[in-house]
Amino acid sequence: MNNILENYSKNYSEQIKKRRFWNIFIVLGLFVAILISSSIIDLNMTRITSGIPRLGDYIAKILPNLDTNLLFANSQIEGSVPYWYFNFKKYIVLLYETFNMAVLSTLFGFVFALLLSFFSARNITPNVLSFFFVKRFLEFLRGVPEIIFAILFVWALGVGPLAGIIAMTIHTTGALGKLFSEVHENAELKSCEAIRSAGGGWVPEMRYGVLPQVLPNIISYALLRFEINIRASTVIGFVGAGGIGQELYLVINFNYYEEVSAIILLIILTVITIDITSGALRQRIIKGTHD
Amino acid sequence: MGSLQLNSLIKQFGKNTDGRIAVNGISLEVTQGEMVGIIGKSGAGKSTLLRMINRLVEPTSGSISFDGTDVTSLKGKALKKWRSECAMIFQQFHLIDRLDVLTNVLTGTLGRRYNILNLLKIFPKEEKINALKALHKLDLLGKALQRVETLSGGEQQRVAIARALMQKPKILLADEPISSLDPKNSKIVMDDIKKINNEEGITVICNLHSLEVAKQYSKRLIGLSEGKIVFDGPPENLTQELSQELYDLENE
Ligand SMILES: Nc1ncnc2c1ncn2[C@@H]1O[C@H](COP(=O)(O)OP(=O)(O)OP(=O)(O)O)[C@@H](O)[C@H]1O
Ligand SMILES: [Mg+2]
Repeated sequence: MNNILENYSKNYSEQIKKRRFWNIFIVLGLFVAILISSSIIDLNMTRITSGIPRLGDYIAKILPNLDTNLLFANSQIEGSVPYWYFNFKKYIVLLYETFNMAVLSTLFGFVFALLLSFFSARNITPNVLSFFFVKRFLEFLRGVPEIIFAILFVWALGVGPLAGIIAMTIHTTGALGKLFSEVHENAELKSCEAIRSAGGGWVPEMRYGVLPQVLPNIISYALLRFEINIRASTVIGFVGAGGIGQELYLVINFNYYEEVSAIILLIILTVITIDITSGALRQRIIKGTHD
Repeated sequence: MGSLQLNSLIKQFGKNTDGRIAVNGISLEVTQGEMVGIIGKSGAGKSTLLRMINRLVEPTSGSISFDGTDVTSLKGKALKKWRSECAMIFQQFHLIDRLDVLTNVLTGTLGRRYNILNLLKIFPKEEKINALKALHKLDLLGKALQRVETLSGGEQQRVAIARALMQKPKILLADEPISSLDPKNSKIVMDDIKKINNEEGITVICNLHSLEVAKQYSKRLIGLSEGKIVFDGPPENLTQELSQELYDLENE
């Protein structure tokens, strides 16, 4: 008995030693990698220090000239908020378009990801072959950044939100598909077994054995993805895929300085609002699983 | 009519030759309407045996037949039909905790047929009536719309029995149905199983941890030890010696 204990503690300390060695090794490796990569991208202090003031100049330029006495005057008078936001209606329409791009791509991506995730979860996949191929397929979908897909689809389908929606749907399918299959892999399979024992096939097993217990987590992940997609859908507009991003790209290029800040402020407000509501919703869903 | 036959059934887990043999050559016959209690120590192979009958576990060799039909070779639709006809209930109930009682009971029909509506929780009216009748029989009608996870253990096991009844089974396989219940609920559940056996003529094969309960509810006991049958007969024939061997775990 003592022998076993001794052996065990020896093995244990050896394991710890080995792990410590690896930890030091990894930290050193990271350090070297940072040194190498910073020399490759020419990261040096003088460039940064000379660059930062220029950034400040740009920010100063895009800030609106607001006159505190004229803030609420009409849109003809320089220095008023309405003057700064003379294009407000257009922005709102474009923001709405961006919002819809995020909603639709999250929704479509959710459906595709959910369908595929049952094949790419190791514990419930109907067969090894579909597991392998669906997993690789999802890796490909999320491996390619959405901006690349957006450029491709803008080229193929023309400028506009459709290209953006397709691009984001593809990326969302890949990203959510992976998360969903990981949720499935943690599922308790007792009720699956009961349904199988009653003669229910794979589809009823997934529907009634797996889905009810994974649903709260899955919806929570989808909401998180929606928050990400709101941001992504503005960025994606830069390559012509519709929405407020496309307009922002335009005003930046034309040096309509005050409009740049007007749009950026609106985007920030939208993103914050959606993050807060969706975050609160996610909290409620996760709490709901405990009562 | 309705006779279940097992012929030299063997189940070995793991491929190598020293792999554990959970069921080691079991042959027996159970006639329609019998209530058989299977007893034996933990690890004796009781669960494996029941699961093989339902085909949740594939036998390594040997065969199972029901009314002359070879069950071991069934595939696809025929296999689903067989599983539907030999319902199972489990020690830990294996219900869908987050769904209501009625939907849980209705999932018992999914082995017979299902369509897109059933996947949207829409079931035919007569099935719903049948489900409510089953719940009534188990004195659970008042709980029909409650979430399963809000029910007591005894109630959950009776929901599982109602689900089994929805399969219109010829055989009910019960794998330690009362092991996670207190004595009072154990009695209710065992009485319900006995009632189903008596009134509907459904064959019951029931794994039990308690010899007392086994003796009380079945006229025929089968004792398993290390995957082999060491006793098969009425409880009166069980010697003190043998019952101690079968249940030494309990006396520890
Ligand atoms: N899936 C499996 N893989 C490997 N071995 C298994 C598996 N299932 C069961 N066994 C082994 O088969 C033997 C019989 O197990 P089984 O569950 O049938 O016993 P049991 O009589 O039901 O025991 P208990 O009373 O504890 O439920 C045990 O040694 C067990 O470890
Ligand atoms: Mg068991």
